[in-house]
Amino acid sequence: MTISINIYRYNPEKDKFPYMQSFEFEKPKRDIMVLELLNQLKEKDPTISYRRSCREGVCGSDGMNINGKNGLACITPLSSVIKKNKLDLRPLPGLPVVRDLVVDMTEFYAQYEKIKPFLQNDTPVDIGERLQSPEERDKLDGLYECILCACCSTSCPSFWWNPDKFVGPAALLQAYRFIADSRDTKTAERLQSLSDPFSVYRCHGIMNCVSVCPKGLNPNEAIGEIKSMLLSNKKNQNIITSDKAG
Amino acid sequence: MNILNSSNITTLEFDVLVIGGGGSGMRTSLELAKSGLKTAVVSKVFPTRSHTVSAQGGITCAIASADPQDDWRWHMYDTVKGSDYIGDQDAIEYMCSEGPKAVFELEHMGLPFSRTENGRIYQRPFGGQSKDFGKGGQAARTCAAADRTGHALLHTLYQNNVKEGSNFLNEWFAVDLVLNQLKEVTGVIAFSIESGEVAYLKSQATVLATGGAGRIYSSTTNALINTGDGLGMSLRAGIPAQDMEMWQFHPTGIYGAGSLVTEGCRGEGGYLINKDGERFMERYAPNAKDLAGRDVVARSMVLEILEGRGCGDEKDHVFLKLDHLGADVLNAKLPGICELSRTFAAVDPVYEPIPVVPTCHYMMGGTPTNINGQAFKISSSNDEYIPGLFSVGEAACVSVHGANRLGGNSLLDLVVFGRAAGIHINQAMKSGGGVADAGKDDIDKALHNLNILNESSSGYEVSTVKKELQEVMQNYFGVFRRGDYMEKGVAALNGIREKIENLHLIDKSAAFNTNRVEAIELQNLFEVAEATAISSLQRTESRGAHAREDYPDRDDENWLCHSLYDPTTKSLGKRHVNFEPSQVEAFPPKVRTY
Repeated sequence: MTISINIYRYNPEKDKFPYMQSFEFEKPKRDIMVLELLNQLKEKDPTISYRRSCREGVCGSDGMNINGKNGLACITPLSSVIKKNKLDLRPLPGLPVVRDLVVDMTEFYAQYEKIKPFLQNDTPVDIGERLQSPEERDKLDGLYECILCACCSTSCPSFWWNPDKFVGPAALLQAYRFIADSRDTKTAERLQSLSDPFSVYRCHGIMNCVSVCPKGLNPNEAIGEIKSMLLSNKKNQNIITSDKAG
Repeated sequence: MNILNSSNITTLEFDVLVIGGGGSGMRTSLELAKSGLKTAVVSKVFPTRSHTVSAQGGITCAIASADPQDDWRWHMYDTVKGSDYIGDQDAIEYMCSEGPKAVFELEHMGLPFSRTENGRIYQRPFGGQSKDFGKGGQAARTCAAADRTGHALLHTLYQNNVKEGSNFLNEWFAVDLVLNQLKEVTGVIAFSIESGEVAYLKSQATVLATGGAGRIYSSTTNALINTGDGLGMSLRAGIPAQDMEMWQFHPTGIYGAGSLVTEGCRGEGGYLINKDGERFMERYAPNAKDLAGRDVVARSMVLEILEGRGCGDEKDHVFLKLDHLGADVLNAKLPGICELSRTFAAVDPVYEPIPVVPTCHYMMGGTPTNINGQAFKISSSNDEYIPGLFSVGEAACVSVHGANRLGGNSLLDLVVFGRAAGIHINQAMKSGGGVADAGKDDIDKALHNLNILNESSSGYEVSTVKKELQEVMQNYFGVFRRGDYMEKGVAALNGIREKIENLHLIDKSAAFNTNRVEAIELQNLFEVAEATAISSLQRTESRGAHAREDYPDRDDENWLCHSLYDPTTKSLGKRHVNFEPSQVEAFPPKVRTY
C-alpha cells in the first residue's frame, strides 16, 4: 500500500511561487518517524531541503508543519499523523521561507536575544558555586528544557501579526526561566522591559503554544506568571496606566 | 557554474576563527569575547543544534559536593586508568585540577544544575569512578542537570556568548583549510548555506572545534551532523591524526534507533540483564559491575549476545532494567531517558526494561594538540607546532581520554580545553603571534575540491556511497576486531575512495543546498574512516576500546604509545605518551580490572 506525501517546495532561484509536490511512498512495515520518511525521500530526490541534526528531539532543528500541526519531524511517528493515507509537510508558518521546509528564523532569534536570555547577577562569588535549594531549582523545571525549535511561536497568531513586537511564547518562556531563577537579580528590570502593550500583553491565551510544544512545556503558564507579576508590580507601585493591549 | 578562484570570491578577515559552535567552540569564543580580538564562530548549524546538546548524564569533576573529601587526584587516577595508560598525564592533570574552576564558572553563568539538600551541585556515580586511587570504592563525581546536562551546558554557553556579544557565522559550512607556502594555516574556505555565497575566511588563528564523526558507523548515538568536518579538512591538508583506532562504543544505545541512554541510569542503580534475567556484569567486573569502564561493559554485552544469551527474537540485544528504581526517581533524575525510551523503543522504563546494544559513541582520537589547543605534527620524531592551527573538544586529541574515555569527561574536556585555548590564543596574539598571508594559488588550491564537486555532471550518489562506507566500518571495525577482517575493510575502503572523488552533485543551486553539504560531509567521513581503518589494522594489541581477537593482550612493550596517522603516506607512526605530570607522581601502567 502506498501513501501520498505532499511536500511544500520552493527554490528561490527557480520558482516564482511555492508549490506542493506529491510523492507516492510505500507504506513502511514498521512505524517510522517523519524525519526518516524525509531522509528516504531525499535519497530519491536530493534537492529536498530541510534542517535536521540530533534526530532524537533535543536539538530543535526539524520543526515543521506536519498535517497542519507544528512538531518535530524526528519524534513524530508517521502513524500518529497520517490521515486517509495522506501527509502534508509544510514549513513552520509565519516566517519567511528560505527554501522548501527551511524558514528564516532571524526574527524568532531576535526575540530570544531581546529578553536577555542569560543569568544576571553582579555579586561576585568567592568560592564554589552559588547555592540554590532543590525547591528553588524545581521552579526551573518546565522552563529550561526549551530547545528553541519555534514550533510554539510559529503556531501563535499574535506572533504572526507582530513578530517584531510580540516576544512570542518561546522567548517569554525563557524570560520567565530567568525571572524564576533564585540566582538572578534583575527581576524588576526584566519585568519592566516586558511592560509595554506588545511584548507580553499580545498573548490572548489561545494555547496553541501548549498544544504543539514537542517537549510538553507550557509557555502559556509562564506568560500568565509574568502578567500577574506585572500587574502586582503596578498595584504595588500604585501606578495608574491605561492598558492599551488589545 | 563559474569556477571559483581567489579573485571571484569574497575575503572576510578575522583574528580568530572558531570552526564549530558546540561546547568546546563556544567556550573558546566566550574566552575570546572580551579580548578585543575579532573572532567569529563558524557553525554549520545554529549553535544550540550542536551535538553537545545530546549529552545527558553530566560533567565529571571533583567539586567535593557528594563527598566533601573528594580529590581531583582521585579523578586523575581514574582517568589515567580508564585511558588504559595512553592518556597524557600532564593533560589529564590539567583537566582534573582546573576542572572545578571551569564547572563553577558554568554555574555562575546560570547552568541549571540539579541540587543537593544543602544547595550544592548534585553529583551522581558514573562508570570507572573511585575514591582514594581505586581503593575506597565507588565515587559519585558527575555533576548533573537531571539527564539533560549537555542541553543545559550548550544553552548556557550560547546565552553567555549572546551576553558578551560574540560574532557568529551561523549556517556557514567550512570546506577546506587554506595553507600558505610556509604550511601555516591562514583560515578556511567556507560558504553560507543559506545563500550559497563562498568566501575565504582569513584568520591568524583557526580553531577546529568540529566534534566527532560517529556517522562513519551505521549505528551510532551521534547526531546526523557528526561528520568529522575538521578532521576531514586537516587530513586532506596532510595534517596527521592521533589514536584514530580508538572509538568508544557506548554500552547503552537504544536497540534499533541508536539514541543514547545515559550511563547515569546505571549510576542511579539501573543494571543490565540478559535473556535469563541475569545481572551478567557481576561475572565480568565483580567489583564495579555495571559501572566498569565503558569498553569493558560493551565487550561483555557483545559476548553475552554471541554466546546466545541476548534478548528478543533475534537474541541480538540485552535489557537495561530501571523499573526497580520507581517512578519518582525516574521522573526526577532521568526524565529525558523516559521520554526517549517511550518514543524510540516503545517501552516505559517505569514498567519495562529498555532494549539496548553497544553503539558507536565517541572518537577518542583526533588532531593531536597540547594543553593550549595548539595542533602539531611530528618532524624528525619531535612535536612541531602547526602555526595558525588549533583544535579543541572531541575533534582534538589532547589526549585526556587515551584508549577509552570515562563517562562525564567529555563535557569537562570541552570547557577546560576550550577555555585554555582561548586564554592561550589571546596571549599569543597580543604578543605578536600570527601567520603570513596565503597567496592566490594557496586559496585556489583550497577551492579545488569544491570546484570539482560543483562541476560534476555524473558520478556516484552521495546517499548510496555513504551507506556503503558506514557498512564497511560497522562490519570490520566494530567492538571486536581481527586482522583478516580489517584487511578486507581496508581493501573495501580503497574501492570507495574512487567513488568519494567522483561524487555527483545533483543539486547545483545556491540557496540552502543540503545536497552539497552532505556531499562534503561524506568526503570528510571518508577521510576519518580511512584513518580509523589503517590505524586499527596496524595497532597489533588490545587496549581500551581497541579489542583485537588476534592480539587479545595489551602490549606495553611495543604499544604504550599514541599512534599517529600520516595521511600523506597513509602510514602509522608512534608518539610518546606523557608520563610527567607536574603536581603528582605519574601513575605507572597496571593491569586494568574493574
